[in-house]
Amino acid sequence: MVWYIVRRFLQLIPVFLGATLLVYFLVFSLPGDATAAICGERGCTPAVVAGLREQYNLDQPFWIQYLLYLKGVLTFDLGTNFSGRPIATIIAEVFPTTAKLAIMALVIEAVFGIVFGLIAGLRKGKIFDSSVLVLSLIVIAVPIFVLGFLMQFLIGVKLQWTNPTVSGDATFTELLLPAVVLGLVSFAYVLRLTRTSIIENVNADYVRTATAKGLSRRRVVVVHVLRNSLIPVVTFLGADLGALMGGAIVTEGIFNVNGVGNTLYRAVLNGDGPMVVSIVTFLILIFCLANLLVDLLYAWLDPRIRYA
Amino acid sequence: MRFTRTSKMLSVAAIAALSLSACGGGSNESGTSEGTTDAVIVVDGSEPQNPLIPTSTNEVGGGAILDLIFAGLVSYDADGKPENEMAESIETEDAQNYTITLKEGKTFTNGDPVTASSFVDAWNYGAAAKNAQLSSYFFESIEGYEEASAEGSTVETMSGLTVVDDRTFTVKLSQPESDWPLRLGYSAFFPLPAAALEDPTAFGENPIGNGPYKFAAEGAWQHNQQIELVPNDEYEGPQEAQNGGVTFKIYQNDTTAYQDLISDNLDVLKTIPTSDIKNFKNDLGERSIESPYAGNQTIAIPYYLPNWEGEAGKLRRQALSMSINRDEITEVIFNGGREPAKDFTAPVLEGYSDELPGSENLEYNPEQAKKLWEDAEKIAPYDESQPLTIGYNADKGDHKTWVEAVVNNIKNNLGIEVAGKPYATFKEARTEATEETLTGALRAGWQADYPSLYNFLGPIYATGAGSNDARYSNPEFDQQLTDGLAASTVEEGNEAMNKAQEDLLEDLPAIPLWYQVAQGGWSSNVDNVEFGWNGVPLYYAITGK
Repeated sequence: MVWYIVRRFLQLIPVFLGATLLVYFLVFSLPGDATAAICGERGCTPAVVAGLREQYNLDQPFWIQYLLYLKGVLTFDLGTNFSGRPIATIIAEVFPTTAKLAIMALVIEAVFGIVFGLIAGLRKGKIFDSSVLVLSLIVIAVPIFVLGFLMQFLIGVKLQWTNPTVSGDATFTELLLPAVVLGLVSFAYVLRLTRTSIIENVNADYVRTATAKGLSRRRVVVVHVLRNSLIPVVTFLGADLGALMGGAIVTEGIFNVNGVGNTLYRAVLNGDGPMVVSIVTFLILIFCLANLLVDLLYAWLDPRIRYA
Repeated sequence: MRFTRTSKMLSVAAIAALSLSACGGGSNESGTSEGTTDAVIVVDGSEPQNPLIPTSTNEVGGGAILDLIFAGLVSYDADGKPENEMAESIETEDAQNYTITLKEGKTFTNGDPVTASSFVDAWNYGAAAKNAQLSSYFFESIEGYEEASAEGSTVETMSGLTVVDDRTFTVKLSQPESDWPLRLGYSAFFPLPAAALEDPTAFGENPIGNGPYKFAAEGAWQHNQQIELVPNDEYEGPQEAQNGGVTFKIYQNDTTAYQDLISDNLDVLKTIPTSDIKNFKNDLGERSIESPYAGNQTIAIPYYLPNWEGEAGKLRRQALSMSINRDEITEVIFNGGREPAKDFTAPVLEGYSDELPGSENLEYNPEQAKKLWEDAEKIAPYDESQPLTIGYNADKGDHKTWVEAVVNNIKNNLGIEVAGKPYATFKEARTEATEETLTGALRAGWQADYPSLYNFLGPIYATGAGSNDARYSNPEFDQQLTDGLAASTVEEGNEAMNKAQEDLLEDLPAIPLWYQVAQGGWSSNVDNVEFGWNGVPLYYAITGK
């Protein structure tokens, strides 16, 4: 088990190198000169442009730029972005907010998705099942920004239950609404996955055996049916955590959350190579770790799976 | 469940913090009386893109903050009229040699006195090439700028600046410029305390100024979240704070800010988002404003495009201009929130005239347009393999709608192939403009740095100027600009500037479309909201209710 985890961690090294190289190259190939973004509508004098290019190593060829960046990473110095702020500081500022938001969304979608999916699966074809199915279809079909603006307007502006936007402190109560919006689409998927999986397992042989053993219905459902049905759901949730971390650009924009998504978006627009690469690499690492966690959870959910 | 417990604590702390800030004003629950001057005003802002050093800030987000925490030699009132601020007097006899005397007893918020060196050192720092300051070109008129700003130069001072004593310094320009004192209220000319030049990066995080406001505390700039300013009690001058502080809340987009405004979580919004322009007057009623400011929108057409050069090019430019129905577009698309352009500057400026000879070229006249186009065909046939495109950046500002409208106008009236050309990012469009690789026209917006006609002409249309995207070069026009600057009074100067504009109206290096109008609104918690000549709210004058 330990050896397995170590091996998985070692696999992160090539992933890290490949990802940074690829992303750095993509940002490098973006059209337009990065100093043009810094200089803005007025432009700068050629001397200032030359100064800026030197300051941010933009005068170097791609390989040198990339190696300089790698050298920085290995010495725990991510450098500065085009506003002259240390990238590490920026990540430390925005990452906790996004992590909080993503975990809240994940909890919301997991709890509600699994519970609703379980009930729907057990009462297949009944009124609860059908109405939940319709609801999930609507949620999947309507674009996230429509849902976001709608809920912001209803709950934040009309009813005034919460502020329409998130302040700098990003408190639990403020993040609740964006987390619901963020988790809504995945909630629908979790619900449908759980439902299908439950329906499959409810008629399995081992469930019949368990019932025949005389186990209570609660025990049969929770320990046997549900636990065995969770593997696809957990796989989905693990992958979703990565998506929630980096893919919250729309939701973060609507609710003015100062998070990873927004920071990444701005960095891409400005062609801010080191900033983009640092954030993306960070997200990739999180994605890999989440997947490792999922793999370990398999073993717990299904004792037949062993890692060596 | 450690997560739940911490977040509970966090939300308790947040509620405590919220109720605390409510007591400070801004919110309506505290039941304050009308026109209170202790309310903290929450306004929308955007993240400053650079450390808050006057000479390295060239965008509105940082500019709004700098204008509040610094005071220059002069400041502009609501109409853009300069009035002496730090300066006791600015004297000149030949518009080339200036003697500037400072008022006595002015200090920075750290206690340092504002002296002649505070200005001279800051300007030298801004101009020197080795500091790579974005606004360095603002010092180009000062003698010695060339040497200090040349690429790779190690010269750190401009020879035209001389400190006479603590309160006096002299400035020698490389040529007479009568409107030079007008510029001195622009942020690039602000003074800096000695500490700033010792460690500019640290200073830019926690700037120390001499203006009507100051940072609430070290670290009052919470990046991408908010910047908290409080009144500077030491400040005496025309812009004294009428409120208990201004907090800039940083928004990623205007639409979100608007939701905060209509639910009273934001006190002042300076730009109504395009999606709400149709209904903001209904939503806000008395609490909305439309205020023209010194900015315009044009379409620059480069002279290096074969179809648009020479005599034929000139006729085609005029035809293009006359085929655009500015009245209709400003009415339908902007809901009246823009004013059709009659010249190359803006109406709020002193010296502006809407009746310059040649301004008829900016009027909608499809028949004449068609005729001009045919005349051009006789001189040189239009190369249809290079159809006209109108470029705009799609990442900021909502340009697509009006560009499409202009495109349709031209298509319908001239029967030629035209298309909008979106650039994914602003920098992409700017790069092509700088490297002279544009394949079509490019939209260009100009917002005045200082209230002067010259600011709309020199930097954009003079030969070799930094923002001359069209690469326009007309010796007669250049000469008139130089004459205008050398005039002994601003009035005479303006006359010459308008004379120079006649060339532009005939040649149309860029096609002026409309003047900008600030559309803003405020919450029911505040009063006395007014917008200045540059489209920025007069933050210091806002009071609580």
